[in-house]
Amino acid sequence: MIHTEGLTKTFQRGKQLVHAVKGVDLDVAPGELVAFLGPNGAGKSTTLRMLTTLLSPSSGSARVAGADVRTQPALVRRRIGYIGQGNGAGHNYRVIDELRAQGSFHRLAPAVSRERAAELLRALQLNGLEKRPVMSLSGGQRRRLDVAMGLMNHPPLLFLDEPSTGMDPQGRANLWEHIIRMRDDLGMTLVLTTHYLEEADDMAERVIVIDHGTVIADDSPGRLKLDHADDVITLTFGAVDEADVAKRALRADQRYADRFEERAGEAVVLATDHGARQLPGILHLLEAAGARPEAAAIREATLDDVFLNLTGRSLREDDTPDAAEDGSAAARTANTTDGADAA
Amino acid sequence: MNAQTIEHVHAADEDGTGGRIGRFLSDTRAVFTREIVVVLRDPFSLVFSLLQPLVFLALFAPLLGGMVGGDGIGDASALEWFLPGVIVMICVFGTGMTGSNLQYEMQTGSYERILASPLSRASILTGRALKEFAPLVVQALVITLVAVPLGVTPHLAHVLVGILLLGVFGIGLGALSYALAIATRGKEWMFWTVQQSLTFPLLLLSGMMLPLETGPDWMRTVARFNPLTYIVDAERELFMGTFASSTVLWGAVAAALTCAGGLAVGIRTIRRSAR
Ligand SMILES: Nc1ncnc2c1ncn2[C@@H]1O[C@H](COP(=O)(O)OP(=O)(O)O)[C@@H](O)[C@H]1O
Ligand SMILES: [Mg+2]
Repeated sequence: MIHTEGLTKTFQRGKQLVHAVKGVDLDVAPGELVAFLGPNGAGKSTTLRMLTTLLSPSSGSARVAGADVRTQPALVRRRIGYIGQGNGAGHNYRVIDELRAQGSFHRLAPAVSRERAAELLRALQLNGLEKRPVMSLSGGQRRRLDVAMGLMNHPPLLFLDEPSTGMDPQGRANLWEHIIRMRDDLGMTLVLTTHYLEEADDMAERVIVIDHGTVIADDSPGRLKLDHADDVITLTFGAVDEADVAKRALRADQRYADRFEERAGEAVVLATDHGARQLPGILHLLEAAGARPEAAAIREATLDDVFLNLTGRSLREDDTPDAAEDGSAAARTANTTDGADAA
Repeated sequence: MNAQTIEHVHAADEDGTGGRIGRFLSDTRAVFTREIVVVLRDPFSLVFSLLQPLVFLALFAPLLGGMVGGDGIGDASALEWFLPGVIVMICVFGTGMTGSNLQYEMQTGSYERILASPLSRASILTGRALKEFAPLVVQALVITLVAVPLGVTPHLAHVLVGILLLGVFGIGLGALSYALAIATRGKEWMFWTVQQSLTFPLLLLSGMMLPLETGPDWMRTVARFNPLTYIVDAERELFMGTFASSTVLWGAVAAALTCAGGLAVGIRTIRRSAR
């Protein structure tokens, strides 16, 4: 569906050159759901704009949906949908007018356009707003309208630049439910950008981590976390003595010897892949050594850990307040007794 | 990578709508419709725009008495001489504004969305220019009818041809205004400064408001290189009820050249903005 070689974009800003995208090689197969994850200014939008013919590459090449972005831009545009990071619906226009106009821009017959507009309004919970001017909509409604417009032509390949920015978690879930349904119905290939870690983690089957215009990792979220991050198991003991017993036992076992932090106190912290799967074995080992924790907690590896380990920086320090507010949702607590019994 | 399949699936959409011209026309209609619906939904501005030429007429007509028999207006009565000028002026003001709405759309994402759609670039320019031009069709007819009791003979077919000619010219001017909006992106004041400082000399140096025949040589020389001069002359001839004249022909040539040149500049500017 997409094939790029050395895709590069350099902007000139005054006398300075801005290397926004530096030699991206990419292959996306039909039906994939791919997310570009990276901090603000990483080059996500610029990459998408090149793939959608809005910007011409400074060097390198790209074929999108079977056409060359440089030599056959019109063909590319006919085969894709694009939901940009700004508001695609004009503020002075009415909701229904914009949807129909979008249909006519994609050369749909008026009847088809009407039908799809009605369908999308319903699916994206915008019904009742048909006659409202776009500028009177809330941020979330406007974003859903943008998505509806991007779906009017039922594109085989859809690009979404930060699709859920400004939406509440519920709205985001709804939006994704619908996009995924359309994807299943139409067999769409999806390429999106996001700086929401959870969104990339939950939605994408493949995450391309991009930083300073370069792809630094490209795999399924699960694989990325296995390769570049660890789950963290924290065991808390009733007394320091008991914790020391536990540490000794772990140190003596080659599977765990280099996996835990030497730290004084009641807590023992272990970094490991597959934390939930490892926990019973660990508890078993400790039990045998005579140490039984009061509590055990697993914090699953996140894509932020991946990014942190790859770049030394956290994605959460990034820009918007809502990037931080999402919190580390993946933390989960296990009950020790249950865990021990199960093992 | 199965580009093959995709190529196949989309074989149907390549040429569906009857070739380039057909596609250009339907694209233009799509763009025009999007813009004109906004105008039609706002009756107040519509009525106001119809009144505007009447206000011009009411303010100018009483002053025209002094010009009767003046040099440079030929056989026409002062009003007959002046009327086509007003219509051309409305056209220049109207289509010259084409780019101003774009300024706003470039700040939101809606301009980008339109560029990512399969619309042909020429039709984006033409559709938007025609939206600014559309009210003029009604305005011109209204103003002509109102002038009838004041002693102007209406030549309806000629007036319609005159409007058509202005439409062709207006597309070119609209495309230039659009290009200007892209070039001055994010600097609205610059758009207006350039737009105004080009419009007024263009108008004055076309003999639209006052006859140039009485002006100094240099003015007449400059006017000869101003396409608007030929348009204004052709419109006057048409409103007097003449078809077969070289003046009308030159007006048509000037309109066609402005249209082609404007679209070429417009399309080029859109392409360059992707660099
Ligand atoms: N039109 C432009 N002119 C100059 N610099 C630009 C332009 N567009 C983007 N950039 C710069 O390119 C870099 C990448 O931007 P962008 O692709 O928008 O990042 P992201 O979408 O990942 O936040 C940034 O440093 C940005 O300032
Ligand atoms: Mg971006």
